[in-house]
Amino acid sequence: MKIIKSVFTILVFSLTFVACTDDGNDPIIAVEENPLADYNKLTSFSANDHTIEIYSEQNSYTIGYNELFFRIKDNVDEQYLKDVQVSLMPMMHMVSMQHSCPKSEISKTEDASVYKGFVVFQMPGNADEYWEVTLEYETGGQNYAATERISVVTPSDNKKRVNVFTGSDEKRYVLAMMPMSPEVKVNDFSAMLFKMENMMSFPVVEDYKVMIDPRMPGMGNHGSPNNEDLTFDSNNSMYNGKLSLTMTGYWKINLMVENEMGEVLKGEEVTEENESSSLFFEIEF
Amino acid sequence: MRIHNGTRGYLVALPFHTKRLYLFLASILLLTWANLHGQEIKVEIPSDSVLAITLKEVIVISSFNRALEHKTQHKPLSTLDAYLESSSKLNMVKRGGYAWEPMMNDMSSERLSVTIDGMRIFGACTDKMDPITSYVDVSNLSDVHIASGQHGAEHGAVIGGAIDLKVEKSDFLPKEWNGSVETGGETNNNAQIVGAELNYSDERFYIDSDIIYRKADNYVAGGGEEVAFSQFEKYNFSANAGYKVNKGQKLTATFIFDEARDVGYPALPMDVSLARAFIGSIGWSQQKFLGDWTNWETKLYANTITHIMDDSQRPDVPIRMDMPGWSDTYGYYSQARLKLGQHRLLAKLDGFYNRSLAEMTMYPNNSDEREMFMLTWPDVRTLNSGLYAEDMINFANSSLRLSARLAVQGFNVADEFGLNSLRIFYPEMAQRQTRLLKSVSTQYQKEFEKIQLSTGISYGERAPSVSEGFGFYLFNSFDNHDYIGDPDLQNEKALEVNAKISVPLKKVKLGFEGNYFHTMDYIIGEIDPTLSVMTIGAEGVKVYRNLEYADLYNLTLDAEYEIIPALKATGLISYHRGTDQDGRNLPFISPLAYNVLVQYAKNGFSGSVTMRGAAEQVHFNPEFGEDQTAAYTVFSFSLGKRFSIGNDNLFAKAGVENVFDEFYSTYTDWNNIPRMGRNLFMTLSYAFN
Repeated sequence: MKIIKSVFTILVFSLTFVACTDDGNDPIIAVEENPLADYNKLTSFSANDHTIEIYSEQNSYTIGYNELFFRIKDNVDEQYLKDVQVSLMPMMHMVSMQHSCPKSEISKTEDASVYKGFVVFQMPGNADEYWEVTLEYETGGQNYAATERISVVTPSDNKKRVNVFTGSDEKRYVLAMMPMSPEVKVNDFSAMLFKMENMMSFPVVEDYKVMIDPRMPGMGNHGSPNNEDLTFDSNNSMYNGKLSLTMTGYWKINLMVENEMGEVLKGEEVTEENESSSLFFEIEF
Repeated sequence: MRIHNGTRGYLVALPFHTKRLYLFLASILLLTWANLHGQEIKVEIPSDSVLAITLKEVIVISSFNRALEHKTQHKPLSTLDAYLESSSKLNMVKRGGYAWEPMMNDMSSERLSVTIDGMRIFGACTDKMDPITSYVDVSNLSDVHIASGQHGAEHGAVIGGAIDLKVEKSDFLPKEWNGSVETGGETNNNAQIVGAELNYSDERFYIDSDIIYRKADNYVAGGGEEVAFSQFEKYNFSANAGYKVNKGQKLTATFIFDEARDVGYPALPMDVSLARAFIGSIGWSQQKFLGDWTNWETKLYANTITHIMDDSQRPDVPIRMDMPGWSDTYGYYSQARLKLGQHRLLAKLDGFYNRSLAEMTMYPNNSDEREMFMLTWPDVRTLNSGLYAEDMINFANSSLRLSARLAVQGFNVADEFGLNSLRIFYPEMAQRQTRLLKSVSTQYQKEFEKIQLSTGISYGERAPSVSEGFGFYLFNSFDNHDYIGDPDLQNEKALEVNAKISVPLKKVKLGFEGNYFHTMDYIIGEIDPTLSVMTIGAEGVKVYRNLEYADLYNLTLDAEYEIIPALKATGLISYHRGTDQDGRNLPFISPLAYNVLVQYAKNGFSGSVTMRGAAEQVHFNPEFGEDQTAAYTVFSFSLGKRFSIGNDNLFAKAGVENVFDEFYSTYTDWNNIPRMGRNLFMTLSYAFN
């Protein structure tokens, strides 16, 4: 099977190569390459004579961590705006209130026309409640704001990748799992922890500890060896650790969050009697 | 099912059997009487030893027209396992009615070499449900050579010894067309056996072929309890041919196909839906070689095994699973002999490449969840290259045998998925590793008057097996633990001392044999309390570890009494002991065991009475899943008769095993599954020339 795969890959590559050579012979066609061609365009809308495009690796906005890429096109000259200051504000319009969610600054990328950042949605939209994103940017000495309603859904596999909880310190937290491609091995495993200061502000919590205990409820709730609890890394503001997965299938990553004093804010230890922590992530592969 | 009886000792146990002993003695008398009324024509009983005194043992198997009255086997069409069990050197670990695992000197598969005509083959089952001996049948074989300890080094790097299964060949005998049909049946498990062989042989060319089919239902233990999931079905076909290219130059080829289906393993939580082997080789041999070297023999071989373990027939399992495994081996050997004065030299170059892969897929009870998959053998590639040399020096009344093997063995964990899995436990684990394996052995043999004495000292090493080095959550139902391999295990190293004395008196021959293995870095699974179990219901996780050392003793006393030329009694009593550096009992060590066999053979009539038994197990270890095995004694007898019909022969044999329907299990019975109760068998063979 592997041999067939590699032969096939070589075939595809050689065909591509032949095709490229043919194109190269014809210098007149010069298509501007979309630097985000490999991503999915989730949103595109016009405002202020600009077209705002939002891309993601995912094919929808889902609850949990979303890395997003932005481009802003000038509808007059069809050029993308480069090196502008961008900021983002997501907002959940609930029936009785509205609130934002954890998010990052929007930064520039290697490509001057592409900006990126992340958003952690805590909840999906529904018939009566919805998310809106507002992009603020400055170009030509003028400030603009563009707002669009977006649809945030639960992931298609219905697996839990974000937890909103009230700690034993009576504070509200958002704990989001970083996207990963799980394999049967010791995986790098990361999460982000935010404190809800108010409806609009969710700063990163530093120097806590996230303890993990992966289990397979479908098979006697067995665990795995050599996991490493997640500790804070100030370089990327994430909690990093190691997750061992001894087989494919459905894993429940039981969690406990400890503050810098070593006090457990949320989560319970998994024992014979207690099959699961109230705080957990889910992985299936 | 477990029998605990702490107070009943071995000697106390005997009176329970006295009645049976009387019956046993009565049957001996009966046989003697039969002899007195028979004609005084001596039937040659094939001798089962090459030299008068040797540490090797040969079990004769070949079809009845070559060795009519098998000396050791009372049931001609029994499985190979039953033949092997009749050996004084072997014990069989039994997980059901089929595919028993041979043990020699209290050591099993990973410490032995099991070969078919010198070909290395490795089972494809992570749970040792398919020992190599299950991939051949008695119809394929002429005999089995058993070499204890480093005497088995000719076939590979071993600790416990070697079992070489010899394929039956016409070998250019001018017999032209000949063949036979055989059939047999057994009452206990409704076993049916049908076999046939057809051969052609002349001085230039021969071709042998045989086919056998066996089917058995569940067997019934002593007392009438049916042992569920002990059924099996198997068919085997083999062909081998030879062509004399020139005088002294022979080209040979062998092919064996073996397939078992629907094999139940009552002692295990899973059964086998398919176990299939293709085994093939081509050989070249010539009388002359370089210089004074002669008997040059070269063989190329390949074999591939598919083993599908599943639990689809089991009504209640906590989770459904499939565990297929594959093992492919390619190898060669080339050897030549040299006679130089008193020296007889043998030099052999050999090598093999094995690929072992096994998977496990578990199907969650919640059908929305994805299936769980893991590699239990991560596609381990083993490459072994060895050089073996042996010198037999003959003196006037004595001889000295020196031998040595040097081998290089490399492992490569070829599957990335499997390598990453193991790196969960061993983050620094290398994908490849190489080991050097050494063996030296000396054996001195001397004859005083008629007393023969043999003594030897040897040293040997072996690399960890695929399971021991690279196994990933292998469930062992015997001690109820999951096992994890350790790629960083040290080689196991054994220092072995043996001695044998044989005293032939007038009509009695006495033999005493003992060996002692001091095995350093003995590999065994030890509990790691920090690890959590994978298998539902398992008690814990064991990781293969090197013990500091283990000591194994095996002592055997045998006697042979020729009552009259046609009537012979043989008896054997053996003692075994195995402990580690802390005096802990090692698992699978035989209690005191004995057997007595009385055989009568004359005029095409044969009869035998067998008594086999063991004392209560004193040294056992619950840490390794063992409990105390009670004493037992079982009796069997058989009667056979050959009829001549023109040039052809008809041979009929019938007998009863476990005559008194004793309910018993031995120390080698996995999870104490009881052995077969009373069983009547009958075989009919017709040979035409």
